[in-house]
Amino acid sequence: MIWLELFWTFFKIGLFTFGGGYAMIPLIRSEVLSHGWAKTEDILNFIAVSETTPGPFAINMATFIGRTTGGMIGAVCATVGVVLPSFVIILIVASTYEKFKKNKVVQGAMVGLKPAVVGMIAAAFVTMGIEVLSPKDGTGVLSSVVSSAIFLIMIIPALKKKSPIMIILISGLIGVAANVFLSV
Amino acid sequence: MMNKGKELFFTFAKIGFFTFGGGYAMIPLIEKEVVDKKRWISNEELLDVIAISESTPGPIAVNAATFIGKKTGGLTGAFCATFGVVLPSFIIIAAISYFLEAFRELSLVRYALFGIRAGVLALILKALVSMFGQSNKGALPYILMTASAAAVIFFDVNAIVVIIACALTGIIYSMIRGREQ
Repeated sequence: MIWLELFWTFFKIGLFTFGGGYAMIPLIRSEVLSHGWAKTEDILNFIAVSETTPGPFAINMATFIGRTTGGMIGAVCATVGVVLPSFVIILIVASTYEKFKKNKVVQGAMVGLKPAVVGMIAAAFVTMGIEVLSPKDGTGVLSSVVSSAIFLIMIIPALKKKSPIMIILISGLIGVAANVFLSV
Repeated sequence: MMNKGKELFFTFAKIGFFTFGGGYAMIPLIEKEVVDKKRWISNEELLDVIAISESTPGPIAVNAATFIGKKTGGLTGAFCATFGVVLPSFIIIAAISYFLEAFRELSLVRYALFGIRAGVLALILKALVSMFGQSNKGALPYILMTASAAAVIFFDVNAIVVIIACALTGIIYSMIRGREQ
């Protein structure tokens, strides 16, 4: 029952992602890595695909992982799953949003949620960074040095809010060049 | 009613198709299409939509589409707008997933992805820095940030558990402070 599992997993991801976009990465890591549907490398590849194609990150991620693990029906199940919680909650909240905004419990929860998201993105950055940048079996120290160099070179343009598409393109070109000239 | 649904579908399909990166990147386009052109909601209501998106789960795009769709065309409107904002990415990503599967073993693609993964790390760092910049300062936020990061890095705690724990902490903290004042 891979389809039901995809639906349920992405339903949970949709239900517990606050803030959208990169806030979803910790949940993807927790839920998708544990199922063995993707590896850290795949998640980083997905982020690159998401950044260079239109549409919300969450949808892109759900469609991609759904499709690769459960075919087109899997893609539909995962995408419906990730959309459904927001859809239902907004339908409920839409008519009472003045009350919702001022609700003490909602405001209190946000006080705790926002820092949690920041902390978990930091954790995702550290764990995925260690995995990508450290030397692995089969590849040498040289490839780890090249990865680290690409990461360090891209920090400044990324922080200066240069287009993510440009950053991905240039990183890809450096990756190809490094492999052609250094065969890392 | 039917026409309204169609209009909502196409407007949000356009928004979904022309937004890269998702999230807040979508707001200017929503403003142009939904506030300026169609006049379905006012600028103040758009700010409300953003505020509500922040305090409800799920992608901002879906939240905004559902909210504006509901307001303009009821339940059918909500469905049409949400379906519209999702469909372009769904089709594009489904197509790309076949390509990536077919070409990922190609050495050129493998080399490019090797470099791209390092570049994506820099993008995650950027997201982290900007979210940190926007977050509240103070003892409680910093403690929760550190605790959540440590729970995930050192104990591999599930993200959902961390989120529930921190939300409860926030609720309890706010209640105690509310009583003190």
